[in-house]
Amino acid sequence: MTTIHSLTVEKLTVGYGDRLVIESLDLLVPPGRITAIVGANACGKSTLLRSMSRLLAPRTGHVLLDGREVHRMPAKELARTLGLLPQSPIAPEGITVADLVGRGRNPHQRILSRWSRQDDLAVAAALDATHTADLADRSVDELSGGQRQRVWIAMALAQQTDLLLLDEPTTFLDVSHQVEVLDLLTDLNTDRGTTIVMVLHDLNMAARYAHHLIALADGGLHAAGEPAAVLTEDCVRAVFGLDSQVILDPVSGKPLMLPIGRHHAQAAMS
Amino acid sequence: MTSTTLDAVTRGRVRRTRRRRAVLATLGVAVAAMATVSLMVGQTFYPPGDVLRVILGETVPGASFTVGELRLPRTVLALATGLCFGMGGVTFQTMMRNPLASPDIIGISSAASAAAAFAIIVLGLGETGVSIFAIVAALGVAVIIYVLSFKDGVAGTRLVLIGIGIAAMLNSATSYILNQAGQWDLQAATRWLNGSLNGSTWDETIPVLIALLTFGPVLLAQARNLTMLQLGDDTAAALGTRLERTRLVSIVAAVGLIAFATSATGPIAFVAFLAGPIAARLAGPGGSLLLPAGLVGALLVLVADFLGQFAFDTRFPVGVITGVLGAPYLIYLLVRTNRAGGSL
Repeated sequence: MTTIHSLTVEKLTVGYGDRLVIESLDLLVPPGRITAIVGANACGKSTLLRSMSRLLAPRTGHVLLDGREVHRMPAKELARTLGLLPQSPIAPEGITVADLVGRGRNPHQRILSRWSRQDDLAVAAALDATHTADLADRSVDELSGGQRQRVWIAMALAQQTDLLLLDEPTTFLDVSHQVEVLDLLTDLNTDRGTTIVMVLHDLNMAARYAHHLIALADGGLHAAGEPAAVLTEDCVRAVFGLDSQVILDPVSGKPLMLPIGRHHAQAAMS
Repeated sequence: MTSTTLDAVTRGRVRRTRRRRAVLATLGVAVAAMATVSLMVGQTFYPPGDVLRVILGETVPGASFTVGELRLPRTVLALATGLCFGMGGVTFQTMMRNPLASPDIIGISSAASAAAAFAIIVLGLGETGVSIFAIVAALGVAVIIYVLSFKDGVAGTRLVLIGIGIAAMLNSATSYILNQAGQWDLQAATRWLNGSLNGSTWDETIPVLIALLTFGPVLLAQARNLTMLQLGDDTAAALGTRLERTRLVSIVAAVGLIAFATSATGPIAFVAFLAGPIAARLAGPGGSLLLPAGLVGALLVLVADFLGQFAFDTRFPVGVITGVLGAPYLIYLLVRTNRAGGSL
């Protein structure tokens, strides 16, 4: 099963060109749990995820995996422990689902090594877990958005990492496919103990599916903790500049945020 | 996990691997057959037995000179440049995720060609000097295109457009050199503008073979990393690919292949551009296209040179034939791109 890994961020400052996106951020990813990062557009959510997976080097500060600097770890070694599914991955033209999922095996293979039974087993397990086994020989080009997203997740699963970071895995999906993907990630967390960190746009989905919420505002940490503690009306106002009412979700028992907006303020007051 | 899924995965993978191997074997046989035919056919016809004996070093009256000294260097050069152009071309296309980003479209072949023409016609350098001149110029132009098209990362479209502009500039520089030198004869002009195998000797062939044996294996060692780059930079990096190192090694090796081949034959039109997409069609998606594209490149050059020499009343240089083959595909790609919404 899964080994417990600690992933921590210490005094992290990152940016692109002259612009600093994240400044002096500290946080800790609870091992074996699902963490959701939420925040307004351009507040540094994706940047944080990219620097946690060594795609972006920190200006100052550290990202530590089990106490080791991720930016100093050999690329393949890191990729065997920590996986990342970016927001818009590119599928090569005409590639079949099984081939694409097989690319997830790259960190486990050497330059000239042959495809092993281990690799086949990992691909088959990933296809089964994501219910994409019947698509295996289809071309990725001809899949629907929901199917494609499951296939990308299958690729990340074939990588067999104990930590999986996902950048907005539910964007462009309709609500039933969103639920399907998040249920799948929950299965992964419960069945295998995989630590999951995902950037999510939808606050309510984040509150429902994550054990741990991280709210970012202006490149810094606004709040972190259990959804019930983090998702409050004050927090929504501070992070999104939006008035809202937070009620208890009768389905999940988690907080549910209802935005108010200019036209419905009266009803909310009464 | 169900065992049916495992079976399906294994079966699918074995099927795709078999197809790749079958395609590689067929291409290999086709290249060998075409090379043999090009050694047999000419002013005088020599049977395969004579050709084989010449290759093995026996003395065959007549054939030893015609096949050994005239046809063999030409055929070997056609084979080697075809492999160089095919592998170099598909490397760029894979790396940039764009079939138009081929070195003969974006000015890298033009740079090698202009530099080689300059080194031979103006400076009067020998083979080694010419090759070094060509590779330095081609690398320099690769860097210039990269820098000019860099803005928050390298976008395929910008790179292709800038490359086309630079290619046009370099082609006119080649014309200028040919004019200025007062040696404006048709041979030199077609060689440096379109590519030609006419008058090939071992002196030109040996450096290309050395380049092929040096840069070819370096590139093949990057095969898996190159296929990872197709997934986009972030995904490739997340799967443990070292992006900068892969790009640096691949660009240097691919430019090396293109530059050495170009300094021997000129930029044989569209071979680098065509080989990759044809190989992709044949070998199917998923695996590395380096070897299939190299073989397709070799086959293209051999067939085009054969057609150019014997199919018409007039003898055409190889680059004219590949140009005729390649241009419609370029138009098709541009039209398709335009329909898809204007982004290359």
